[in-house]
This record gives sequence, C-alpha cells and structure tokens, in this order.
Amino acid sequence: MKITVKLFAHFRHGRFSVADQDYPGGADCRQVILDLGFRLGEMGIVMVNGQHAKVDQTLRDSDILALFPLVGGG
Amino acid sequence: MDKIIRVNLERLTTRIEEVAPAWAGLGGRALTSTIVAAEVPPTCHPLGPNNKLVFAPGLLSGTSASNSGRLSAGAKSPLTGGIKESNVGGTAAQMFARLGVKALIIEGIPRTDRWYGLHLHKEGVTIQEEDELPGLGNFAVIEALQARLGPKTGVISIGPSGEMKLSSANISVKDPSGKIRSHGRGGLGAVMGSKRIKFISIDDAGAPGITLADPERFKTASRAFTKALLDHPVSGQGLPTFGTNVLVNILNEAGGLPTRNFTYGRFDGHELISGETMHDTIVARGGKPRHGCHAGCVIQCSQVYNDQAGQYLTSGFEYETIWGLGANCCIKDLDDIARADSLMDDLGIDSIETAVAFGVAMEAGILAWGDGGEMLRILRDEVGRGTPLGRIIGSGAGAVGRTYGLTRVPVVKNQAIPAYDPRSVKGIGITYATTPMGADHTAGYTIATNILNVGGQVDPLRKEGQIELSRNLQIATAAIDSTGMCIFVAFPALDIPECLPVLIDMINARFGVALTGDDVVNLGKTVLKTERGFNLAAGLTPAHDRLPEFFASDPVSPHQAVWDFSDAEIDSFWDF
Repeated sequence: MKITVKLFAHFRHGRFSVADQDYPGGADCRQVILDLGFRLGEMGIVMVNGQHAKVDQTLRDSDILALFPLVGGG
Repeated sequence: MDKIIRVNLERLTTRIEEVAPAWAGLGGRALTSTIVAAEVPPTCHPLGPNNKLVFAPGLLSGTSASNSGRLSAGAKSPLTGGIKESNVGGTAAQMFARLGVKALIIEGIPRTDRWYGLHLHKEGVTIQEEDELPGLGNFAVIEALQARLGPKTGVISIGPSGEMKLSSANISVKDPSGKIRSHGRGGLGAVMGSKRIKFISIDDAGAPGITLADPERFKTASRAFTKALLDHPVSGQGLPTFGTNVLVNILNEAGGLPTRNFTYGRFDGHELISGETMHDTIVARGGKPRHGCHAGCVIQCSQVYNDQAGQYLTSGFEYETIWGLGANCCIKDLDDIARADSLMDDLGIDSIETAVAFGVAMEAGILAWGDGGEMLRILRDEVGRGTPLGRIIGSGAGAVGRTYGLTRVPVVKNQAIPAYDPRSVKGIGITYATTPMGADHTAGYTIATNILNVGGQVDPLRKEGQIELSRNLQIATAAIDSTGMCIFVAFPALDIPECLPVLIDMINARFGVALTGDDVVNLGKTVLKTERGFNLAAGLTPAHDRLPEFFASDPVSPHQAVWDFSDAEIDSFWDF
C-alpha cells in the first residue's frame, strides 16, 4: 500500500518534506517512524489524515502520516 | 520601597502613593485588573475622562528570574467594552520594577488639545507638553527620545493609530534592540491617545533596584526554573529554532488553520509562509533566527527578518501576524507580510485585529484575496493617513463587517479571533467565548493540549474535556500573567513537575511570603472573577460569551467540523 509521509521542522534535515512510501498491508505508524531512523521518543505529534494518532495505529492505503517533533508557539 | 504613581491629565498633577495593603501581593494582570475594577466605572466611555490606563510590572519583574520581564497594561477596552489586560516584553517592565513603581495609573483627559509626554525617573514622574513627536510613527519616536534623553531610555509610545483613537491601536514598548514589542490587543493605544499622551520615557539611573527577602533561596529556585525552561523540548529547542511560526504547518495539517476569512481549515500556500521556510530565509539572508523580546529571556522565540538585500526588515515576526495576513488573507509572499508587520509596528496598530479586519475587507470586496501590494497600500495610505476607509479598517474586524453588512465576521466581544479555528480545535473556542478579554488565544492556550501534546492530550475535534481544559488554563494563565512571566513558561510548567513549585518559590523568596500552589490557583480564580464582574457591570452578559453563528452553521474542511457547544455548556465554564 502507498503511504504519504510528511515531515516537519528539524525532522526534514537530511530526509525530505513529503514522500510516498510503499508498505505491506497491516503496517503501523511505529514501523514507518523507525524505518526513517527516528526514535519513538523523538515524536512530538503524530497525525494520520490530519487527526492525532498513537504510534501503534494501523495504516491504510493512501493514508497521510505527518510527523512533528515536540514544538510549539502561540 | 514600592509605590503607586498617579498622573491626572485634567489637572496636570502627579502623586506618589504608598501601596495599599490589598494591592501589596499583586502584580501584572492581577494588579491592573484589580485597579481598573476598583476605580473605573464599568459603564464609562472607554475614551472618556473616567477611564484609567494602568501599567504594572509583574511580581518577579526586575529580578534575575528568566523570562520575567513582562509589563501589563489595563483599562476599559474601546474595542470590547469590557476590561482589558494586555502584556508585553521589552525593557519597560524591568525599569518600572527597579524604580520601585508597582503601578502607574493615568487618569483624566486634558482640557486642551495639546499633546503630552510623561517622564518616569527615580524621583517620580513629570508631565511635559510635547510638540515635536505627535504625528510621528513609533520608530521615529523611539529614535528621537533616545537622541534627546540617551540610548538607554525606556520608551512606551503610541503611533498615529493611537493618536486617531482607532479601536485597534496598540501601545508600543521599546525592546533591547531599540525595536518594538506591543501591548497589542483591545485598543489600549486609543485609551492612551484619548489622554493625549504620546509617550512615556523612562530613566532608571539611580533607581533603588530590587531587594530580595531571601537571596540564596531565590538563587536556588531561579536556577532550577531556568533549567526547566531549557530542558523542555518546546521552550528549550522548538521555539528558539523555528519561532512561533512553526505552527503554520502544524495547524494546517490538523485542519485548524483559518483560511480565507475562516472559510477553510487548510491553506494551499502554507509551505510558503511556514516556520520552516521562514527559518531558512532568515539564515540565507543573514538575519537572526533567535532573538529575545526582553533581557533575561532564555527562550528567544523572536527573530530578525531581513529583506532580499540582507537589510533589516522586521523583528518579532510572529505566527499570528503571518497566519492573519497569510492564510486568512491568502497572501503567499512572506516579504509582503514582513513589510506589513513593520508598518503596523510603526503605525501602532494590533497585527491580529488588523490582519483579521483585512480578511473581512477582502470578503467585502474592498481588495482582492491575496493582494499583498494593495494591503500594504491601504495600511500606509489609508490607515496611516486616517482616511475614512483607513479608520474603518483600523477600528477592527467587527467594524469592517458591520460597515459592509457581512455575517462571516470572526469576533467575540468585538475582538478578532486569532489563528486557530474553534470548530476543529474546540478547546480554544471555549477560551475565545469565555475569557473576559474578548477572543484571545493567550488567555487559555488549549492548543498546547489539543494540538501540541503538552500537558497531556485532549482530542481537538471532540467536545469532551474542553471546558475543564480551558478553565484550568485560564486560571493558571491569569496567575502567570501576574508574575511578569512570559506565557511560554506554561509549556515546561505543564510537563515538568518541579517547574511550578520553583516559580512559586521565587515569589516567596522575593517577598518573604509563604505562598502555596493553592494560593496561586486562588489568585488566578480571583483575577478572572474580578474581570468577569467588571464585564457584567459593563453590560457584557453570558449572551456575549458566544462565538459568531457561522461557526455552528458552516462546517470547516477537511474534517467538516462545526461549533456544537450549547449555551448551557459554555456557561458552565464559570462554575468555579
């Protein structure tokens, strides 16, 4: 299945902003995060299709996974 | 010894008073709101002789505590018709505190049309007629006062918008770089203009300074507090690197970035105006990605933004301004938004209210969506010169909407709604509806917990937990706003258990008191209820604690979310 991965802030350094990735059915957010060389503890916000998700959420074909470090503003 | 200074413009007199016992434990917002509630008739005209303008540094301002340099200003607001507190960085709070000025209360209106300057110094305050600076922008005022009185002079001033008493006029405060920070919201610049005070200059030479009741204890607590600020990933790393504007892409992804006058929740030009793009642009042009709004700030969320030629364009270039003119007005050129930011600083006008007013003006067809050039022309030639159109836009989003007969007018209590859509980030909608300030994200920043996973997680799209979240944050914020602390200390305070106790310990060591966490919570509650009491007496009832109707009727993409709180649910906010 095709997953669109979006990275933000310093997660982009040495990686990418947006990329489509192929995964076997049943893959979860954790698998994508670890494959990109992140530690789970680095994750500030994980969103799937614009909604907050836990790292063990199972992904479906065409999902958009957005990964943010812990950042803030106001 | 701390003192209260009163200036009466009708009689042109000044007076130094002892601090009333009931005010001794108060600072910042707690003090300005207490004084306004005690001394300003709630039904008075905000621009008339019975309103008062009050400035107060926070309880910890002037000490070495990190991020404690905020100055509160309070009055009855000409924008909302209710009580207003707006706080700011810059150099003034610390100068007030070192001079022992617990509050400056400005009363009355002069009998003639002359302009005045106030000069605050170690002996008190003097009132002087001022003929040279009226009509000038804030940057020229700061430059002239530094030339006249010396480069270290503190400056609080109004620009042409304040002189014209526009409801969006702000009060500018000189920052450590000689640039500007603002008491932005609620039209306090118009109140200062109504009193015909162009500026307050401050000289703290020979000031008595701060005396700590227990210096050793203060030092220990202060060190632990600074460590908490630096250890937390948001205040220690995120904010210093990308500034507040990192939020553009986060809110866009979450579907909560108000776009095209609150019509959509995502903006197709988000990447062009994002914190990531801004950071790279600043670095490429030799600007500064990190910058503090006051001495002692360790978070450094501000920045210096240069133009394409590498020349200074603006600083203190924040998410709210960039969102407001960017996504909300569909302007995709960050340089145009930066030019507007600088122009708004110079004119002395609130960049949130004005950006939202432009969104409504675009909906009215006054200018085209995304037309940055025309937006800049209107700011410079219409608002700056006080033409009829300029005065309508400078009177805020509500004024533009009423003038053009529109219904999609994003205001609460006539104050423009800032950069988070309340349909898809529901907690912040409760804050917009209920805070006595009119729509104000900083009053109870639920974005922390709704979006940023700070202080836990409350699903932004569901109603559950939002009222309690907003209530707890509004109470905590009212207390923090009284300490002189930057609101961003809330990020570590929500996540690091030691942070809040050492903050309270600093207050105890400063004053020789024994406040507990409960005392601080009670202070926050008392401040909110004092402000609410003023508003009720001014005629702002629960019927004004409501969001505009369109939020309930028009779903916002991509989640098709609507505002779905009942009146009774909203009113339950006040059950404490």
